[in-house]
Amino acid sequence: MMASGYNAKDEDGHIAVAGLGGGALRSRKPENTAFKQQRLPAWQPVLTAGSVLPAFFIIGLVFIPIGIGLYVTSSNIREFEIDYTGVDVSSPCFNCSQNFNWNSTKPCTCSIPFYLDQSYESNVFMYYGLSNFYQNHRRYVKSRDDSQLNGDPTELTKPSKECEPYAFHEHKPIAPCGAIANSMFNDSLELFYIDPNGTKVPVPLSSTGIAWWTDKHVKFRNPGGNPNLTAAFQGTVKPVNWRRPVYELDSDPENNGFINEDFIVWMRTAALPTFRKLYRVIQKRNGLMPTLPRGNYSLDVHYNYPVRSFEGRKRVILSSISWMGGKNPFLGIAYVSVGSVCFFLGVVLLFIHHKYGNRSSSADMSH
Amino acid sequence: MARERGEEEDTGGTGGKSAPKVKQRQRKKKTKESKTRTVHANILYDSAKGEESPNRHYANNKIKTTKYTLLSFLPKNLFEQFHRFANVYFVFIALLNFVPVVNAFQPELALAPVVFILSVTAIKDLWEDYRRHRSDKEINHMDCLVYSRAERRYVEIYWKELRVGDFVRLRCNEILPADVLLLSSSDPDRLCHIETATLDGETNLKQRQVVRSFYDLDCDFNPLKYTSVIECEKPNNDLNRFRGYIIHRNGRRDALYKDNLLLRGCTIRNTEEAVGIVIYAGHETKAMLNNNGPRYKRSKLERQMNVDVFWCVIILLIMCLFTAVGHGLWMFQYGDKRPVFDVLSPEGTDLSPIMSAIYLFLTMIIVFQVLIPISLFVSIEIVKICQVYFIHNDLELYEEETDSHLQCRALNITEDLGQMQYIFSDKTGTLTENKMVFRRCTVAGVEYSHDANARRLAMYQEVDSEEEECVSHGGTLPRRDSVTSHTSARVVLRSQSTKSHRRTGSRAECSSKMDFMRFHSQSLSTLSSDLCDIIDFFVALTICNTVVVSSPNQPRQKVTLDKAGMVSFLHRVINMFRRINLGMRFELKSPVKTIEDFIKRFTPSRLTSSNNSSSSSLNRSNNRGCSSLISSPSADSTLTKLDEEKTAPDLQHDFTPVPPYEAESPDEAALVYAARAYKCSLVGRLPDQVTVELPHLGKLSFELLHTLGFDSTRKRMSVVVRHPLTDQITVYTKGADSVIMDIIRPPDTGTSLRKRQKKIICRTQNYLNQYAADGLRTLCIAKKVLSKEEYACWLQRHLQAETAIQGREELLFESALRLETNLHLLGATGIEDRLQDGVPETIASLRKAGLQIWVLTGDKQETAVNIAYACKLLDPRRIHSPLSLNQEACMYLTNNINNMAAADLYPSLPVHRLGLVIDGRTLAYALDRSLEDKFLAVARSCRSVLCCRSTPLQKSMVVKLVRNKLKVMTLAIGDGANDVSMIQVADVGVGISGQEGMQAVMASDFALPRFSYLQKLLLVHGHWCYSRLANMILYFFYKNAMFVALIFWYQFYCGFSGSAMIDQWYLIFFNLMFSAFPQLITGTLDKDVSAETLQHLPQLYRSGQNSEEYKPYMFWMNMIDAFYQSLVCFFIPYFAYADSGVDLFTWGTPITTIALFTILLHLGVETKTWTWMNWLSICFSVALFFTVALCYNASCPTCYSPSNPYWTIQRLLQDPLFYFLCIITPCSALLPRYFYRACQGTLFPSAVQVGRQLDKLPPETRRNILSLSRVTTGSPLSLQPHFLSTNKPLPKDNEGTNNISQTYKKEDAGKDKDTSKDMYSFVNSEGDTLPYTKDLPRGELNISCKTPEALNTSPEVSHGLSPSLVTSPPLLSPTDSVVLPPEHGPPCVRYKRSSEEGIQGQDRTEHKIQVAL
Repeated sequence: MMASGYNAKDEDGHIAVAGLGGGALRSRKPENTAFKQQRLPAWQPVLTAGSVLPAFFIIGLVFIPIGIGLYVTSSNIREFEIDYTGVDVSSPCFNCSQNFNWNSTKPCTCSIPFYLDQSYESNVFMYYGLSNFYQNHRRYVKSRDDSQLNGDPTELTKPSKECEPYAFHEHKPIAPCGAIANSMFNDSLELFYIDPNGTKVPVPLSSTGIAWWTDKHVKFRNPGGNPNLTAAFQGTVKPVNWRRPVYELDSDPENNGFINEDFIVWMRTAALPTFRKLYRVIQKRNGLMPTLPRGNYSLDVHYNYPVRSFEGRKRVILSSISWMGGKNPFLGIAYVSVGSVCFFLGVVLLFIHHKYGNRSSSADMSH
Repeated sequence: MARERGEEEDTGGTGGKSAPKVKQRQRKKKTKESKTRTVHANILYDSAKGEESPNRHYANNKIKTTKYTLLSFLPKNLFEQFHRFANVYFVFIALLNFVPVVNAFQPELALAPVVFILSVTAIKDLWEDYRRHRSDKEINHMDCLVYSRAERRYVEIYWKELRVGDFVRLRCNEILPADVLLLSSSDPDRLCHIETATLDGETNLKQRQVVRSFYDLDCDFNPLKYTSVIECEKPNNDLNRFRGYIIHRNGRRDALYKDNLLLRGCTIRNTEEAVGIVIYAGHETKAMLNNNGPRYKRSKLERQMNVDVFWCVIILLIMCLFTAVGHGLWMFQYGDKRPVFDVLSPEGTDLSPIMSAIYLFLTMIIVFQVLIPISLFVSIEIVKICQVYFIHNDLELYEEETDSHLQCRALNITEDLGQMQYIFSDKTGTLTENKMVFRRCTVAGVEYSHDANARRLAMYQEVDSEEEECVSHGGTLPRRDSVTSHTSARVVLRSQSTKSHRRTGSRAECSSKMDFMRFHSQSLSTLSSDLCDIIDFFVALTICNTVVVSSPNQPRQKVTLDKAGMVSFLHRVINMFRRINLGMRFELKSPVKTIEDFIKRFTPSRLTSSNNSSSSSLNRSNNRGCSSLISSPSADSTLTKLDEEKTAPDLQHDFTPVPPYEAESPDEAALVYAARAYKCSLVGRLPDQVTVELPHLGKLSFELLHTLGFDSTRKRMSVVVRHPLTDQITVYTKGADSVIMDIIRPPDTGTSLRKRQKKIICRTQNYLNQYAADGLRTLCIAKKVLSKEEYACWLQRHLQAETAIQGREELLFESALRLETNLHLLGATGIEDRLQDGVPETIASLRKAGLQIWVLTGDKQETAVNIAYACKLLDPRRIHSPLSLNQEACMYLTNNINNMAAADLYPSLPVHRLGLVIDGRTLAYALDRSLEDKFLAVARSCRSVLCCRSTPLQKSMVVKLVRNKLKVMTLAIGDGANDVSMIQVADVGVGISGQEGMQAVMASDFALPRFSYLQKLLLVHGHWCYSRLANMILYFFYKNAMFVALIFWYQFYCGFSGSAMIDQWYLIFFNLMFSAFPQLITGTLDKDVSAETLQHLPQLYRSGQNSEEYKPYMFWMNMIDAFYQSLVCFFIPYFAYADSGVDLFTWGTPITTIALFTILLHLGVETKTWTWMNWLSICFSVALFFTVALCYNASCPTCYSPSNPYWTIQRLLQDPLFYFLCIITPCSALLPRYFYRACQGTLFPSAVQVGRQLDKLPPETRRNILSLSRVTTGSPLSLQPHFLSTNKPLPKDNEGTNNISQTYKKEDAGKDKDTSKDMYSFVNSEGDTLPYTKDLPRGELNISCKTPEALNTSPEVSHGLSPSLVTSPPLLSPTDSVVLPPEHGPPCVRYKRSSEEGIQGQDRTEHKIQVAL
């Protein structure tokens, strides 16, 4: 890459070592070692246009194909997005979105029809997306008690002060405590395939396997060995914004309480204010049928989660994934452009090298 | 009994007569209490158990150098550490974390780095303190013998139990436990020899003498009989001063001197036993008071760094403020509708946006704290320690001869070595070897060459076996023999340095031959007078000094045969008989019976009529002896020939081998050795007596009445002796010619004598000038005979002066002045001081490196100038060029300074490549506040400056002036005590561990064995240290800014809430662990250019001088680069993960990884030398990061709130996206820098880069180029100007110089119209083109081109000059090497050819100037 080659000039130093016979007598004489005399063999790259040139070309030539590969991979991913916030008056969810209250008793549902013009062949991942929701706010991120979530019985009734002011409600400990849990996304989404004959066929949505394995099995645990969750959470109250206590999140005991996967996914706070979280997976049933065939669909939303107060948006995303995750053309573009820039700079350096390089090149010095 | 008597005396005095006196004293005592200390013997108060002891208030001898006790350690150590501002800052930040509304990190974790740094320092301190404690304990428990009254004998006690007033008995090789006044010694001469190596490093023995009143005790000292009281000054730290007096029972007072005091820490040598009384104990001893901590200097780089740390603080505050305002606005936009993610305060209360913003400001200070690097200060110290280690271990800085290597005494200014601009050097012992060789002398106006002897004398000090040979040959050794017998390498070596003297040597021989003729024609009366002078001359050489005859190893026995006849006259007569007998052993077979007989024998039949004629002249028969005195081995002296055959056989037996001499200064030793070569040898010196062995006379003992020591104001020393032969009080004075010549007075009697004396003085002056011109150090010897009355009169006042406590120095000084008048000139000596090896080469290459070298010496102007020529400081090739002219002009001006009392422009003729020679008196004017600017303006435009005859104070004033006014980095190098002040003032003080003791070394920051090592120290180590540290500091700033900026960008995406996507652990340990090692390795080992190239191309040093590695703009460039890189490192992951389900720390961890890679690769781009250690450290860093991350992420699923990074990195490592990010981000982040470096390397490489390219070449090619590059214009260095031209002259400076030159014009316009015109227009052109010293080399050429125009004397001049200079393109000039040394082949020829005319032209210019003068 760079002008290189190990320096061989230091070898003569070692001859002198042999001549140092009476070294023992002169204690103060410094030792003649390559290290102490700062003569360690070394690679001394000199950065000039000529020596750096290959590096630029190589980077360019490697990056561009990678970039193309990544781009192609990304563009093969199918993604469909529906905004159901209901900002528009024409939107089916407009009425529901007018409700800013967390604990309104009246459930509000709305149904959004959409059309998929291409079928999804493999597993489809269903996400809900929120915009303008600062899950990464410093105080918000901290507002949780991991010990409580890990099933520590003492912490269950004595949430840590990090959870304040969502640790106690009317002097009873909140389980799960903290602002993150309190603000958990509580819309429920259902997907229906509308047959050409007009019947609504519910699309089976799998609610397990959406959280990290380690979260589900290590980090989050229900308190005690008690199989009866209701008893286990005795003495605690639900978070103020919740409609149901934590032990009623799901009927499946393996997906209830703290180990409810929707809950676990929510607890993994997003890095950026616009984020999506995995909601359901649509498993491919058999080899022949597409997971989601082309056609009309309807998304039924139990609209509970108010976002209009902070100008938030709610979306549902249906996406297939590849080996490198979801659809994101950026990395491919980045690779291609960085590669091209490198290649271009390489050409510039080539020019500089030819025009000016001779002046300082070592060959000319000896004149 | 004794006690009672003592008390009685103390309170009541001895009689009525002294009663009022005592009262007076008591009254005074109260007022004087603060000024003196009274010491009574403890023995008197034994029963009082110390409670009533008057000494109880004085410190006891227990020492405690520890700083802490077990209890006080923590608070005290912390308090001390918090003196460092940075520590306070970091602790403040850590504590801020404990405020709930503010806390950004887990408070305990935030404390970790601070606690780590503090505890490392604390442990280091504790360990040091423990060591101190142990050594204290050891010292406190050493044994010493103290007299116990109860047991009436000396008993052993611990040192710590010793009290002031105790009597201590000291044995040979014992260490002194306290400052002890010597009361008794087993030595027959009442002396005690001590070695002061622990105090000042000098290993020669020093004599201390028993207090005068206890001198005559014939029996052993009995403490019980001691009743005196000692009054002395308060404890102080001046090792060379002790004043006080002892009051005896009978009221008699005796003065006490420093010679009576034995200092704590010294070792008793050569003395079997001594007894003394403790005066100062424990912490009040002089040694302890001198025990100052190490000096702390702050290097230039560090000062510059602190400015940038300050900028970092500003940036930090701006960033915090920005974020705080952003947060306020962010909250404000939601109004009353509080979103769910904006969590209320723990109390559930709502925060207003403004309050929130204020809290956030504090939070951000914590989050961004990394910007002010806590580890920077620690890292810098580590790197500096490593640098010091390497400098210590450099083989090339080790001198085998003396087994000494370079010592770094100041650990924290290594990088300053790479930035020096001015060197102030002492001459003697620094440039020269300070091995003085007696070369020639003139006695009574006749000159004697000493050429061969000089060689032989050199052998004295080196080869003992050869000495014997010389001795056996005696004075009759023919000159050629001595040459052939010592064709050692030494002589060959020397021949170079003495080249300049050869010419004068032969002349001197001629002159002495002429003298021979004159001798024959002269009358006998003058001859004998001359002979007296000759004898006196050699006697003066021998005794007028403080040289001690050393008898190492065995305890001292009486060396001399005669036991001083100082008691009474009778005593002396007896002695004299014996001496005569001894002396005449070989010559006079018949014994002498009376003293008259003796005098008759020794008095020449024709007495001279000089004022001492009555008794002092010697017998004619002694002519032989006298003549042999001066029978130099050069054998040119006619006197030798007169009676050569007779002296030869005698001398062999007469000359007893004498042990080596120990002198305080090498000059003295040289003189004594020289006198010994003429058979006038010093055999013993006691405080009251000097024994001299003269041929035919044997040993003569001179009673030494007084020694008036040398001081720099008087510039002379004198001894007052009683001449054993004549019994006259004689004063011998030796000193600088300038002062001696002023106090010489020709005798009043007889006009012919007067005439002769005048002639002698005149002739001696001529010789002195010659000596000086030959670069010899000159000394004048004079004598004076005092009559009894005169002496008595003087003695009375002198004794008063000696016993005075207040102002004793001044009184003694005046007393000496009174004595040293109306002297009779005996002769003068010329001593050669050889140049050290490699000095000219070193100076030449240091100058090429752009260093201005000033020589500040106390020597004569001519001597200094000659040495300057010899070491190429002034250009000897240009003797006939403007240089020498201006030399003369300067001298002319300096010599006439007295006439130009108020004039200001005296010593100057600023023309490029000129030397400015200025002497001490002129310097005194030049350093005046009103003139110093002008002086500097002149001085810095000169090629070199020579200050001669300067005092130590002036030296330091000059250094201070240059340092403060020109704002340059100064280095002072010297070897003697007179350089100490200069060494301390300069930015870097270098001491030469040479001949003159250790004071300079003790005061210095670096100590070198020889001057020539300065070259490698500055050019190689200085350059490396500077460039390493500068790069490391810049890198540190970059690194922290880049890392912190990542978090800053994130604030835009987290509502300015102070959230960080980087795990707090990574955030806190990133600097301390992950990125710490590679930069330390690079900072320690990186070599931009190899040592060989650096030494061959001194021009590369300029990069350090101009601070090219670390300029203020570079800080900002680094900051901008850091911001760019952080943008890349932030936004590539941002877009790659945009709108995905990624959580905070799964997104933050790749960013941390990427940042680490980028930072390490950045270091890689900046690293110039990759050794295996660099590779290892980088691999280690990466491995460490991943190991820590893996362990940390797997360790605990519930801990580390709030990040809880459980299994994050493990998942990331399975994600291909992570790897793609890790590849592209560092590449694109470093792209601009890498590209810039490549372009810079090709398009406008700095000199250093060219040097690196040279390093790449095979060794032989490189050698060729290096040798060529000095002369060829097409050398690679032709690229340099690009770089250097960025140094634009400072406009301010420029104006300043202009103003100066204008004022010059104004002030002198009226004075000397037509003469000054040319000169000052000269100055003006200087001012225009020489704005400041850094540009000097470039300016040089311009000036030389312009000068003729400015002078405008004749068209040919400019015509003649310019081609010679234009041949080398001006751009090349920064490499001073283009100045074409003559020894190089073709280009030189070209130079000569083209400038032949030019030289003529220059000659003409000279002329003009001379006329102008």
